[in-house]
Amino acid sequence: MAATATAPGAPTSRLGKTATEFDDRLIVAGPVRRTLNKVFPDHWSFLLGEIALYCFVILLLSGTYLTFFFDATMNEVVYDGSYDPLRGTEMSGAYASALNLSFDVRGGLFMRQLHHWSALLFVASIVVHLLRIFFTGAFRRPRETNWLLGVVMLVLALLMGVTGYTLPDDLLSGTGLRIISAILLSIPVIGTWAHFAVFNGDFVGTEIIGRFYIAHVLILPAILLALIAAHLLILVKQKHTQFPGPGRTEHNVVGNRLFPTFAAKATGLLFIVFGACAALAGLVQINPVWLWGPYNPAQVSAASQPDWYILFLDGSTRIFPAWDINLPGDYTIPALFWPTVVIAGAMFTLLALYPMIERKLSGDTASHHLLQRPRDVPVRTSLGVMGLTFYFVLAISGGNDVIADKFDISLNAMTWFGRIGVIVLPAIAYVFTYRICLGLQQHDREVLEHGIETGVIRRLPNGEFIEVHQPLGPVDEHGHGQLAYGGAPVPKRMNHVGGSRRAIRGFFSPIEEPSAVELEQRREGRGLSASESDRELTSSGRPSEGGRPSEGGRPQDPRD
Amino acid sequence: MTTHDTRPGSTGGEDTPGPLYGGPDEDYTPERLAGMSREDLDRLGARYDGVEILHVDPGPEPGSRLEKRAVRQVGLAFTLAGVFAFLFLVVYAGSGWFLPEWNWAEEGTTWSALFTPLLGLFMGLSLTMVGVGLVLFTKKLLPHETAVQDKHDGSHFDRVTTGATLVGGLHSTGLARRKLITRSLGFMGAAVGVMLLAPLGGLIKNPNTGNPLGRTSWAEGVRLLRDDGSPIRPGDQEPGSLETVFPEVPGGNLQSDAATMLIRLRPEQVLQDEPREGQADFSYGDYVAYSKICTHAGCPVSLYEQETGRILCPCHQSQFAVTQGAKPIFGPATRSLPQLPITVDDEGYFVARSDYIEAVGPTYWNRERI
Repeated sequence: MAATATAPGAPTSRLGKTATEFDDRLIVAGPVRRTLNKVFPDHWSFLLGEIALYCFVILLLSGTYLTFFFDATMNEVVYDGSYDPLRGTEMSGAYASALNLSFDVRGGLFMRQLHHWSALLFVASIVVHLLRIFFTGAFRRPRETNWLLGVVMLVLALLMGVTGYTLPDDLLSGTGLRIISAILLSIPVIGTWAHFAVFNGDFVGTEIIGRFYIAHVLILPAILLALIAAHLLILVKQKHTQFPGPGRTEHNVVGNRLFPTFAAKATGLLFIVFGACAALAGLVQINPVWLWGPYNPAQVSAASQPDWYILFLDGSTRIFPAWDINLPGDYTIPALFWPTVVIAGAMFTLLALYPMIERKLSGDTASHHLLQRPRDVPVRTSLGVMGLTFYFVLAISGGNDVIADKFDISLNAMTWFGRIGVIVLPAIAYVFTYRICLGLQQHDREVLEHGIETGVIRRLPNGEFIEVHQPLGPVDEHGHGQLAYGGAPVPKRMNHVGGSRRAIRGFFSPIEEPSAVELEQRREGRGLSASESDRELTSSGRPSEGGRPSEGGRPQDPRD
Repeated sequence: MTTHDTRPGSTGGEDTPGPLYGGPDEDYTPERLAGMSREDLDRLGARYDGVEILHVDPGPEPGSRLEKRAVRQVGLAFTLAGVFAFLFLVVYAGSGWFLPEWNWAEEGTTWSALFTPLLGLFMGLSLTMVGVGLVLFTKKLLPHETAVQDKHDGSHFDRVTTGATLVGGLHSTGLARRKLITRSLGFMGAAVGVMLLAPLGGLIKNPNTGNPLGRTSWAEGVRLLRDDGSPIRPGDQEPGSLETVFPEVPGGNLQSDAATMLIRLRPEQVLQDEPREGQADFSYGDYVAYSKICTHAGCPVSLYEQETGRILCPCHQSQFAVTQGAKPIFGPATRSLPQLPITVDDEGYFVARSDYIEAVGPTYWNRERI
């Protein structure tokens, strides 16, 4: 573009001139505007995936720092660092470097704990994000691809956790590694081959820490990074889902534009997540490897537990009965195979395929961009709670020795609780959830038909006491509401429909003009003053016609 | 090359500007745009992107007490973030300079115990205050706008034309007719793919050759040593006690499968003892020796309850009865702990009579066949 200083609309400010120079070369004004104008819907639950993303950023930064000091070798060295109790002890180079990182690198312990805490939070936020997607039906067409990517990323995150947990080569992680080795061995037919391929021989060998290290710092993060990019690109392309509400349809997105509101909020969240991880990293000790000591196959500490996200597999392993399957020819399928490989495989396969299963069962193949409230889809919600109950019984069983110890319960009783509970409790949870969903649905309908309970009791001339109800919209001759349920939350309290006016702001002294607030409230139709100003009563005490709250009008007068 | 190229080049001619990229510049001349306000331009661009600004709730009135308070709050948050960041730097860089040493010397000082918590506290507070400031700014000072963006379905035009291009390209290759090429391509793809993966074969090792799984260094005449390397005589242990022993070979106390529990039974346990079939002579007097490696997942079974004679694995709570040949009596383990046959040598120290007669450690597919 041959822009001259005299052309109309030519930039005069220095910033404008710089921007023009850029656009002359790159021609990005159009795409940048489209990006800045992109609308994101606003709901707290849409931030859960962002938390996972920010945790990943923290993990990349802190993990890179750790690699400057960590030495992934299993060569035996004699520790000669600052930590007195272990000085002179033989240990692997990996453990020694983890100790040096904790005691001899300025701020190294802080960074190690930052890495561990953000890893815990990373998996946690993925799981909670997944639950939000599941219970609101956001995985439905056209978003099955992103659901699948998400489940794959969850599995990768778990693998990242397991490989990272193993690296310090302390007593606790070595015990975990021993169990990983036993799980590999338990795979029928190829178990020993798989074990020898991964460990380069019998347990423990000299290779495994180095192999886990490269998987942990290069292979898995690279795949994860690529999948995150694909996940976000698909999200941007398909646009975010939204909850039903006024003006929201299957063909639009209502919310804030990327710039400045959404960008400011997202950046704020990034810093808050980072701050929370940093505070945890400094103030709350996590995995003090120097207390566990170097790995020794003959030693173990009581209450050896994995990080929380593997707890459910430890639990399933603990409660699974002692059922080896002996096949003819002296072949065995070890009991360990079922609660680890099979259960984990089945759980993640079911999770990954759930959108297809639901589509098959419900016959709903349409595209959906509006989310569902969990109560409106009782079968899915109950299935989800059923799965969660199954998961929680397993997770509790993963710590059953600690619970038995702290609450003075028999360990065997805890095991039997897990064995029975894992079968019985999910079914009970299903029934309860289903009933609760139906109850909530009915209550929504009842409020739409009869109005909100005001808590005002009125005595009729014949002596009968009744509660006054506030209808939400126009009523028919019987006083029944005519609003249909639209999938959005139904107001259940008077304040939800503007029953009281908001407080005047200011802590020590008011910083708003009370009269201005009064006027604003009257404009919005809130509060007592609004209803007093233009109350229209018919002879029967009912208004001649009502306005829907969503139309900006104040709700109707209460009725009996 | 554009579709109507008259610029200098292979064809010669005058330099005239090419078509513009993107926006509807035909409809909106620079003069017309110059006449519009910034707000109008913003909305125009938004509308062009399918975004309608429905409603703008302006922020607090400039100069009002409401605005002043919000500005103070945001400013305070950002200032505090800077202060805490500075404090972090003071703790980080000042330790060992004008503050006490941060690292643990022989015994930790108060400051070295506080160092990491203070780093976390100040960095956490600093970053959180940045976030809080941004959130306050967004909520209290930015105008709240409600925007609606259209969501577009796929275009039939795009599908049909793209499909035509794809199919047309495929058609010009003639692959559908030239079967030899598709077949050789398929063969080539499979073979090259396998070739590229083949080097991973270096990972594969045969587990059935050499020193098989579950074999240990125990052998006839190998002494039982404590962790510190001292041999054990009968009578060294109290009845009812347990000692972890290792084979007398170099590095024996670090071998992953050799760890063994030497248990001296109490007299009444000796009477109850029911060893496994054919293993009655594996014990020596009131001493029995069992593998310490759990037959379930390979953890060391290290919790021995003297009263009940049970050995508990702390990983998955399998329980083994010492007086019943270390049979699993609760939990997920399926096999007894292998028993090591022991005796004493000429000098009166415990020795093994042979290796374990079965593989120690977790069960696997062909364990019984080894």
